[in-house]
Amino acid sequence: MKPVHVIEGRAVPLERADVDTDQIIPSDWLKRVERVGFGRGLFSEWRDDPSFVLNDAQFAGATVLVAGPRFGTGSSREHAVWALMDYGFEAVIAPSFGDIFRNNSSKQGLVIAQLDVHDVEELMALIHEDPTRLVIVDVEKSQVEVPQTGWIRQFALDPMTRERLLNGWDDIGLTLRHEHEITDYETTSHAPTLAGVFDNAGHVQAH
Amino acid sequence: MAGRTLFEKIWDDHLVAAPDGESAIIYIDLHLVHEVTSPQAFDGLRLNGRTVRRPDRTLATADHDVPTDPLSVPVKDPIARRQLEALEENCEEFGITVFPRGHENQGIVHVIGPELGVTQPGMTIVCGDSHTSTHGAFGALAFGIGTSEVEHVLATQTLPQQRAKSMAVVVEGHAPEGVTAKDIVLAIVATLGTGGGAGHVVEYRGQAIRDLSMEGRMTLCNMSIEAGARAGLVAVDDTTIEYLRGRPGVPSGDDFDEAASRWRSFVSDDDAVFDQTVTLSAADLKPFITWGTNPAQVVSLDGVVPDPADFDDPDIASTTERSLAYMGLTPGTPIKEIPVDVVFIGSCTNSRIEDLRAAAAVARGHHVADSVRALIVPGSHRVKSQAESEGLDQVFLEAGFEWREPGCSMCLGMNPDQLTPGQRSASTSNRNFEGRQGRGGRTHLVSPVVAAATAILGRFATPDEVNS
Repeated sequence: MKPVHVIEGRAVPLERADVDTDQIIPSDWLKRVERVGFGRGLFSEWRDDPSFVLNDAQFAGATVLVAGPRFGTGSSREHAVWALMDYGFEAVIAPSFGDIFRNNSSKQGLVIAQLDVHDVEELMALIHEDPTRLVIVDVEKSQVEVPQTGWIRQFALDPMTRERLLNGWDDIGLTLRHEHEITDYETTSHAPTLAGVFDNAGHVQAH
Repeated sequence: MAGRTLFEKIWDDHLVAAPDGESAIIYIDLHLVHEVTSPQAFDGLRLNGRTVRRPDRTLATADHDVPTDPLSVPVKDPIARRQLEALEENCEEFGITVFPRGHENQGIVHVIGPELGVTQPGMTIVCGDSHTSTHGAFGALAFGIGTSEVEHVLATQTLPQQRAKSMAVVVEGHAPEGVTAKDIVLAIVATLGTGGGAGHVVEYRGQAIRDLSMEGRMTLCNMSIEAGARAGLVAVDDTTIEYLRGRPGVPSGDDFDEAASRWRSFVSDDDAVFDQTVTLSAADLKPFITWGTNPAQVVSLDGVVPDPADFDDPDIASTTERSLAYMGLTPGTPIKEIPVDVVFIGSCTNSRIEDLRAAAAVARGHHVADSVRALIVPGSHRVKSQAESEGLDQVFLEAGFEWREPGCSMCLGMNPDQLTPGQRSASTSNRNFEGRQGRGGRTHLVSPVVAAATAILGRFATPDEVNS
């Protein structure tokens, strides 16, 4: 993935709690074998509603999504992250997130900033006050800032995720530095394998 | 040394490396693969010139996209067909055993792992599917991952992981007659909320859990993710070991006894300390149903649709109002007066042989209401064959249910089995999210016996009403 340092852009307030990954990208979109082009499916069932916030012209081109508690719960589909990023979002700010969604985001470089629920409400109010306001999500400083308002909040970012974002590291490459330890582990593991259970056609072999 | 929880034992057993300042690297014993979350991962391997490190620890099946029409009918949706073909091609290229549509071992990934005996106690199991938590019923650490992690496991057979916290959910006492595993887990999700389990591995404990069959424990662990927990666990006991005996992936003879004695160590020590403990009393449990658009919005079958005005918290009140508007429900309506259009018995939550037996016992000698379409989708070909050998298919067909081919089906509507806008379902699946079973569809989660009774009476019902 590409390194991520600072995201600076306009923000969209999505004032809903429990935005699950089925809402972010409905399952009909999951039949595709590609990794690109999911932006068109982002929140697709809600986008039919003209009053849905993403249809509001004043938020066009925003790069930061601000949402209610428990964003990204439910299905493990990484397609949710691909859809958000393909649409143009580079960071999501919310009071809490689904664990798998948070993990998936970190693999793709979508920045997850978890702020206290009152801070998220304040941020939404600032955006409503002036939708043209810039919001800065700074990975290096682990903070969210609304310039010229004095509004700055820190968010927790574990050191490893922060390093990976800043350096754009590939997880598989990082793990393979420990290949020797993986091989050592495999020589001592007693966990059963599938060897001898199925034949080449997937039928169960007689013992 | 202080005692360890079951989770800690499995974690410690699988630690490959714990580099300073980095996430721990844990070994994955079994990687289950399906068509939806894997094609981009295989592409990633090809792009980087990588191989699958352990094809002998990787098993694939088609489940999410497959139509449940008779096998003679080809897959009509060209996009789904392409994805199903891609799974077979990728498995062929990388040397992975795969069960395509129609194969005798094909079925929902979380049904086939246990029934083939490849899910075993003490293992680490992952799959690109959040309901991988199901396998925790066997005392295995099993959790869902995204496609990048699928690629990571294919390439390295490991995952970088931060150690989760541990939570004990204790259900004390015996569950009352008529209360199923589904009712227990709905009560747990309602208690914890959709985010209550976040960052935790939950171990289910207590008499009501010990009383459950393996099928029931799978239903329970399956919905751990609905409370935000990535994994659920039940300690190994005689029930676990007797379920595993004789299954294809399990050793036989003396080797079985040796394996079984090792499996028995996969329990939490008496003096183990959990980071958090939540206790429920089984005596308080009843048949439950979801009324809203998230799985924590639960009410008993003899209850009424809640009123937003009953909630002091303005956020909960507004969420309730939104959910009721989507669900087309009026506060105060008795649940048992709400008519349904579709009944779906299936999914990785409730499509196993015991679920079908329970539903058939309710349906026997009755008929589905004229206004209802009722589908039975067995979890796998093995479940389907077993049910047919017991004559359950005939019970369902005579009662007016559809008897279909196995797959994920209407749980998530990736195949043609979908609700149409405004249709209301009683579903034995795991998620009642907006549009989950089809755009505009209204899903109520229930147990298999409630689903069967509802199909017959055409409105939400408990089994005791069918014969009265």
